[in-house]
Amino acid sequence: MFELLGIPPQALFGQVLLGLINGSFYAILSLGLAVIFGLLNIINFTHGAQYMMGAFVAWMCLNYLGINYWAALLLAPLIVGIVGVAIERLLISRLAHLDHLYGLLLTFGLALIIQGLFRNNYGSSGLPYQIPPQLAGGHNLGFMFLPNYRAWVVIASLVICLATWFVIEKTRLGAYLRAATENPTLTQAFGINVPLLVTLTYGFGVALAAFAGVLAAPIYSVNPNMGADLIIVVFAVVVIGGMGSIMGAIVTGFGLGLIEGLTKVFYPEASATVIFIIMVLVLLVKPAGLFGRPA
Amino acid sequence: MKLKTLLLGSVFGALLVSPALAQQISVKAGVLNDRSGLYADLSGEGSVVAARMAVEDFKAAEKGIKVEIVSADHQNKPDVGSTIARQWYDQDGVDIILDVPTSSVALAVNQITKEKNKVHINSGAASSDLTGKACSPNTVHWTYDTYALAQGTGGAMVKAGGDSWFFMTADYAFGHALERDTAAIVAKNGGKVLGAVRTPFPGTDFSSFLLQAQASKAKVIGLANAGGDTINSIKQAGEFGIVAGGQKLAGLLVFLTDVHALGLQTAQGLVLTESFYWDTNDQTRAWSERFSKAHGGKKPTMVQAGVYSGMLHYLKAVEAAKSKDSAAVMAKMKELPTDDPLFGKGSVRADGRKMHDMYLFEVKKPSESKAPWDYYKQIAVLPAEQAFKPLSESECPLVKK
Amino acid sequence: MADALSAEVPAGGLAVTETTKGTERLHQAIFIGLAVLLAVAPFLAYPVFVMKVMCFALFALAFNLLLGYGGLLSFGHAAYFGMASYVSAYTAKNWGLTPELAILSGTLIAGILGAVFGSLAIRRQGIYFAMITLALAQMVFFFSLQTPRFTGGEDGIQSVPRGKLFGLISLADDRALYYVVAVIFMAGLLLIYRIIHSPFGQVCKAIRDNEPRAISLGYRANRYKLAVFVLSAALAGLAGSTKAIVFQLASLTDVHWSMSGEVVLMTLVGGLGTVFGPIVGALVIVSMQNYLASLGAWVTVVQGVIFVICVMLFREGIIGVISKAIKRPL
Repeated sequence: MFELLGIPPQALFGQVLLGLINGSFYAILSLGLAVIFGLLNIINFTHGAQYMMGAFVAWMCLNYLGINYWAALLLAPLIVGIVGVAIERLLISRLAHLDHLYGLLLTFGLALIIQGLFRNNYGSSGLPYQIPPQLAGGHNLGFMFLPNYRAWVVIASLVICLATWFVIEKTRLGAYLRAATENPTLTQAFGINVPLLVTLTYGFGVALAAFAGVLAAPIYSVNPNMGADLIIVVFAVVVIGGMGSIMGAIVTGFGLGLIEGLTKVFYPEASATVIFIIMVLVLLVKPAGLFGRPA
Repeated sequence: MKLKTLLLGSVFGALLVSPALAQQISVKAGVLNDRSGLYADLSGEGSVVAARMAVEDFKAAEKGIKVEIVSADHQNKPDVGSTIARQWYDQDGVDIILDVPTSSVALAVNQITKEKNKVHINSGAASSDLTGKACSPNTVHWTYDTYALAQGTGGAMVKAGGDSWFFMTADYAFGHALERDTAAIVAKNGGKVLGAVRTPFPGTDFSSFLLQAQASKAKVIGLANAGGDTINSIKQAGEFGIVAGGQKLAGLLVFLTDVHALGLQTAQGLVLTESFYWDTNDQTRAWSERFSKAHGGKKPTMVQAGVYSGMLHYLKAVEAAKSKDSAAVMAKMKELPTDDPLFGKGSVRADGRKMHDMYLFEVKKPSESKAPWDYYKQIAVLPAEQAFKPLSESECPLVKK
Repeated sequence: MADALSAEVPAGGLAVTETTKGTERLHQAIFIGLAVLLAVAPFLAYPVFVMKVMCFALFALAFNLLLGYGGLLSFGHAAYFGMASYVSAYTAKNWGLTPELAILSGTLIAGILGAVFGSLAIRRQGIYFAMITLALAQMVFFFSLQTPRFTGGEDGIQSVPRGKLFGLISLADDRALYYVVAVIFMAGLLLIYRIIHSPFGQVCKAIRDNEPRAISLGYRANRYKLAVFVLSAALAGLAGSTKAIVFQLASLTDVHWSMSGEVVLMTLVGGLGTVFGPIVGALVIVSMQNYLASLGAWVTVVQGVIFVICVMLFREGIIGVISKAIKRPL
């Protein structure tokens, strides 16, 4: 039996699949960031905190209200999305005319506040959240044991990603959105309520983060720091894909998950850094990212 | 006029009894630990609560010792920790620093304490270097160390038939030390180490590494990590059917709060080593009940229990030395036997190692747990002499002479 | 220190009505005031604390030189600060270099690192520039984590000797060390002040405000950008190296990306693009971390609130607001 660099091919298949699963988190999160950046021109540093909030809302739903995973999967993005809308209306919209930098700093500050508050209330070691019974267990694929829940994560995120892409690229609402991105003043002149569109877009991006949070709750512990650890990587994903590019975010998310997965086999110590190396390389060759339009 | 004589009288009275008052010693103790990060739950405010309880139980005020407790967050960063320690000693008149989880910060505080000639009783940190090559005449390492953890979990697992190991090691000095110590114990007991993988720290997804561990076909997967890394790797091991597939997980550093975070459903069957568990005997139960009332219903971890026990012993030493002079207090601490409701009888060795038994626990199945926080069943007791590195093997310069 | 300015200030004590001259006067007064304050500070406050503030103030000043005057937002300044502190700690501890040589070698390495990273990063603009600097800094972090022989892993390089200045004066005493740090800090501040007000600084500001125009005027914008980047990196390195000697410790904290975030916060709170703002910002943030340490997790919340308030209400920062009120640039 042949081996590739000392790794049997079966093991490699397993690792590729796992990479894709992790990539699906990157994809949903970077998709949310890309949508927000596209229309608001804001780098949403709060994204990680909102992802964490999604997981916490799911936990609260279960422990305080007895609402199960499936309902939480709808409810948590809705609740966190509404919080996002409030943040946009109250704070972010006031910075619309300023440099990107201020949006970034504002959301960075908000992330600190949100994470600090959750840490004060729930501690930092995390809370348990069980895999829903319908998805417990797994299948032996021959080359690896695939937990059902992980399979569900890939499917759910693919569906969400493609649906988002479809809405933005192929529907009338999406056309308004793209028009507003291109030229807000002109779009407003055509009688479209651009500020409302902006607010809802932010809410939607945030809801995506929360959705990823609920997906993550059963496999990673529900922890106030879960987003902070992830956010820098997700930034890199968005930058590599091309800021604001929807397809770029999705493809890069899955692709980098894959590369990271392979790094974990060949040089595990570097798996947290490989994305940044790729980012530098891509930016030097293609300044606007893989799928971005040059400015 | 009458009032004046009365006042004068009382002044003279006070002067007459002044020999008694002169013995009034005021001690300032600083609890320095993680109050916001990964280890905030296992140390944090709970350690401050424990230190306060020690002062109460010692009845310090009645014995003429005034104790003030301050606390701060070192954020698990050696530079933050050493800045605070320096300022406490230089500026704020702190005499003793307690707790200090995270080995890197503990080593820094250990160094500064020696330089400023104060006292440090460490409860939270794991590094056995604190009583090894970095040992100091001013430090006592109280609760546990990597050597004892490796002895407990490593030794017991091999004896129970887990003779082939694969390590998942958090890629930093603490993880490496834990792996090194455990691998040595495994080898010594006739086991074999099949491989190891270094995981970036901190990490969230361990599935890839678990798959490598699974492929190694080792009987035991040793988790040489801590905090969130341990929680996530145990959780995901359950998901990938590692335990169901016949491999055993050995948590080399798992605290009660980690098991609480995991839930019994996920953590059941995990074997771990600790020096204190609240449900050991009537005394620990009674103390933990009081602790729990003062700390939002949470049960104490061994780190918090260690802070209590260390503070108590320090106060005893101050009382015996009739002074808070560091050298005198340290001498008394090493001379007097330790005795408290939590760790029982013990002693402090010349290298600063606090000696007490360690316990091997297995996490209960959900069906076996009768009450909240009812998590462990005891499977073995490791006598102190076996648990801790013998003085004969010590690298501590204080011992060699 | 007044020498540096005296050339531009008329010797006579006549009232100067012209704004620029008045401003120079004001700045001169501030410099003198600052020097006096620094001279007496160790008798009023805890010297180690003041030294920490000075190290971070110098770091923030260096960062502000790049962002406030060069218009370049680097999200990876921790790389220069941290790498320099490692080099300085390592050379002082393992090679037995005297503190001034250790600090110089750290500064030099930071400058070289700045030249390499800067020449890569300045090819891109805006948010992409920020992201490249972040990515490069992450690699420095990875390098530091993976070379425990050099950096000591997460333990860092501990018990670095403070040594003897020029091999003569022992710096073990906090006060002695304090004055060395104070001199380094004032020298760094004056250097930055000179850079900002030199023709070179004027060109940098022109590039910041309108790059195409500056290029059309015949300036090679990229050379200026690279130069200001290297200067900023080296000065950040000077701050990092000094910090390593003061705290006798170099650790991963100094190369972590949150350190890059912290320096942005300091600069923003104090006042972006003001000469003295970063000093005030560093003072505020370091004191907060120091005196609120017992609040635990609330420190993060308080820090976040300050961030939000600054961005929403005080975008000019503390010094920026004062400067507006007195209608003089500070």
